[in-house]
Amino acid sequence: MFQHDRLNNEITIFQKIKNLDYILLISVILLSIISLFVMYSTDGGEILFHTKNHFVKLMVFFPLMIFLAFFNIKFWHSISYIIYLLVILLLIYVSFFGIKSSGSQRWMNLYLFVLQPSELMKVAIILCLAKYYHRLKIESVNTFTSIIVVLTIIIIPIIFVISQPDLGTSILIALSGLIILWLGGVKIKYFIYSFFTFLISLPFIISFLKPYQKLRILTFLDPDRDPLGAGYQIIQSKIAIGSGGLNGKGFLKGTQSYLDFLPEKHTDFIFTLFSEEFGFIGSVGLLILYSIIILRIVRIGSISRSNFARLFCFGYAFAIFIYIVVNLSMVLGLLPIVGSPLPIMSYGGSSMLATMIGFGIVLSAKINHKQIIA
Amino acid sequence: MIKSSSGIRKADVINRRMFIIGAAKIIVFAAIVARLFSLQINENKKYLTLSDKNRIREWKLPPTRGNIVDYFGNIIAGNLKVYQLHIIPEQVENFNYLLVRLKNLLNLSEKKIARINKLKAELKPWDSIIVSENLTWSQFVKINNYLYDLVGAKPVMTISRNYPFKDVYTHVLGYVSQPSEQEILNNQTVQERFVPGMKIGKLGLEKKLENYLIGTNAIQRYEVNAYGKRINQLEHQKGKQGAKIRLTVDTEIQKTCGELLSDKAGSISVMDIYTGDIIAMYSSPSYDPNSFLFGISKDEWQLIRNNPLKPLINKTLSGLYSPGSTIKPIVALSALENNVVDTKFKVKCTGKIELYGQTFHCWKEKGHGWVSLNNAMKQSCDTYFYEVARLLGVDRLNITAEKFGLGKKVLGDYFDNEKKGLFPNTKWKKNNLGRGWVLGETLITGIGQGYIQSTPLQLCMMTAQIANGGYAIKPKIIVDDKPISLEDAKALMQEDILEGFGKKLFKDEKNIKIIQEAMFSSTNERFGTSYRSRIDDPKYQFAGKTGTAQVKRISKRERELDLELEQIPYKDRDHALYVAYGPYANPRYALSIIVEHGGSGSKAAAPIAKKLFKLIIDRHDLRNKQPNFEEISI
Repeated sequence: MFQHDRLNNEITIFQKIKNLDYILLISVILLSIISLFVMYSTDGGEILFHTKNHFVKLMVFFPLMIFLAFFNIKFWHSISYIIYLLVILLLIYVSFFGIKSSGSQRWMNLYLFVLQPSELMKVAIILCLAKYYHRLKIESVNTFTSIIVVLTIIIIPIIFVISQPDLGTSILIALSGLIILWLGGVKIKYFIYSFFTFLISLPFIISFLKPYQKLRILTFLDPDRDPLGAGYQIIQSKIAIGSGGLNGKGFLKGTQSYLDFLPEKHTDFIFTLFSEEFGFIGSVGLLILYSIIILRIVRIGSISRSNFARLFCFGYAFAIFIYIVVNLSMVLGLLPIVGSPLPIMSYGGSSMLATMIGFGIVLSAKINHKQIIA
Repeated sequence: MIKSSSGIRKADVINRRMFIIGAAKIIVFAAIVARLFSLQINENKKYLTLSDKNRIREWKLPPTRGNIVDYFGNIIAGNLKVYQLHIIPEQVENFNYLLVRLKNLLNLSEKKIARINKLKAELKPWDSIIVSENLTWSQFVKINNYLYDLVGAKPVMTISRNYPFKDVYTHVLGYVSQPSEQEILNNQTVQERFVPGMKIGKLGLEKKLENYLIGTNAIQRYEVNAYGKRINQLEHQKGKQGAKIRLTVDTEIQKTCGELLSDKAGSISVMDIYTGDIIAMYSSPSYDPNSFLFGISKDEWQLIRNNPLKPLINKTLSGLYSPGSTIKPIVALSALENNVVDTKFKVKCTGKIELYGQTFHCWKEKGHGWVSLNNAMKQSCDTYFYEVARLLGVDRLNITAEKFGLGKKVLGDYFDNEKKGLFPNTKWKKNNLGRGWVLGETLITGIGQGYIQSTPLQLCMMTAQIANGGYAIKPKIIVDDKPISLEDAKALMQEDILEGFGKKLFKDEKNIKIIQEAMFSSTNERFGTSYRSRIDDPKYQFAGKTGTAQVKRISKRERELDLELEQIPYKDRDHALYVAYGPYANPRYALSIIVEHGGSGSKAAAPIAKKLFKLIIDRHDLRNKQPNFEEISI
């Protein structure tokens, strides 16, 4: 494979290494190190299950990212649809044979670790649509057929994910897909129309929601409605973050998490713990680190010669941004609680795998930014 | 070429749209930073407080009750260190093993083990189970020696109520015990300060003064986790012991009262005739209040409850007796005050009088012959008082009697179980029994029988008010913040200003004097009913009046038999009463004695007064010297 690439593009392995985006790499490494410390804190200042597993996953997925980066962007372009279809197949498999846990069926057991295909779909949908718009003539972007096709591409995985049920991930998949439509040049008025249609149909959508999902929305609107029940997570999370103050309570000194007041502190609420222990300064620092990553991805997209790479990078940058925004808004009490992990920081193999694959493709785009895809 | 230009145009579109998104991203990130700022900087204090509220939990410890002391400062209700054994289930490695070990060490019953297991199921694993509330020192040492083998068991030193004089003050103090749910709800202070294991007053002053005695909780602050488990102790805030209450009682006299009434049912009350201080107030038989502290055993409770002498009844305050002849000073006084009789007025006693075909007997079958007031009091001639009562009428008698405190509570609110007693009049009978008053009833009222009912403390107060020259006093058992000295009391009495204090109860001072002299004769002159119990030494000389209250109507046959006391069934024997005051020359104390079913007042009650008076007068100097050592505010 390498042989083939090199012959085609006349790029040596050393050049590839040289062409890697080191600012992005360093940022990701930095984020990984921070995430290990935070995980160590969630384990109560000991190297326990979560810290160990998180470390192992980083040690596996980070090299995987570099490995994937060495594939030519053309290769990713060529297998985009296949990846999409593969993940759809996994979603179908999960909906029949998946592992059930706390009322939802999202996982498949791969013996080494448990995979959540819907996380992979977050990247696969961007790849698939990027390829679609790359190949679509600009004149055809706003034709009825093309819009129906892309909407179908988005809706099929969402149907599977929402029936798992997993509202959070399906919203993220939808947003990741829609951003490519936006970038691809779908008319602004279509977005406006559909936004209003969405608003009008909101009551009907709500009536289809599961009771626990309705409860989450109600709780979001008024967390004090049931402070020990549904509102507990939001309230405790706000208390933890608010009590962090400017400098935070100090590493391993976050009483809210240490004394188990924080729910889901390893996964969705990892930022809460970080913010409690490192305060406003730490939180803004983390946001800056994420911003650097996003900006680097955007830059890689803008220097890419191929529209596929450009669309993927912009789309993926936006996806990362959306993950962060949804997660932070949730823990800050700005959005209802929908399960959504914070990239790299949160404990969870599938999310990290998907994120690293995405970074790998971005790095591949960087290495091959001069590559033109016909 | 077209394709590539399309590609370039597409790139332009993508870039333009990306730019718009970039701007949106900046706004959203700025919003998130703003939110972080508002939570972490602006509202930091609020959330810090909430976070502390989350993690810090307070544990209240039982408050330490205030001491109750007698007039001389001796503790009569105090606190004692006790040794307890607690189990903290979550620290126990093997619960059954621990129970078996403890069962052997402390001889726990199967029932107790079952109760511990039940508690374990009910309580949270970090809540301690009290295995034993009161370990002996040797048990405590034993537990400590084997502690290495008793993982999860915790020997605890704590404080518990203690009554050092045991049964001496039971009816005054009452006792403390575990409150019922209702009792907690009824008292807000208790509700606020309640912690499991806390005891509250169940009876007497312990109950009445609960809010003063209770004290404040010591507070321990712990850091806890979300499940309420204690992680570590933060600080300890000491509680304040409850208020110290000083009573007017004298333990020496109170103790002696108990000894004098041992094996008898009855009551002794002693009162300062000027200040109203209650010097002693003993109801016999009594029981040990310490038994109630850790839950009384069933056997012991049955023993107390089924005792025919009724130790549970506070006879001084709730025992209602016919005053018998002890009412005669009031009857005589009322007659004098209403100018019905004078000292020269005489009645011929033949042992009985007839009225509308009904016979009224004098206690002396042969009769007393011609008797004047002084003589009639001295010998307690019933016939004389039948006649006087007939002339006086019950309504006028009632007015005088109520003035002297009969038919009213003496201590007011301090004791829930205090009874009012009853002094009848015609109106009362009409209202309550629906029938008209009969003259015969006036006659028997004149000798303290019939409807009339009084508590021993009322009789004591009545006597005190005669002794002090006929002035109203307000009896009290608690030394309050304005203790009144003898001089003040006397001065106030003369001033005749203050409501309730210094109120003259007589029209003519002379009449009181006549009654006092008659009571003196009764005790200190030959043929006086309590002549045999007199003390000649003027230092201790006292004046008094005996009384013998019938508990059932004496039939003609019985009267003829004239049985000895021992021959009459206990239940049918007369109550023996005696009221007295002294020293006669310069009176200071009054007392009332009742021996239930003791027979005649002169034989059963008056001798007790003789034994007691010496002590009371001897203690007087000490009492006088005792400073008001501290101001006590209630």
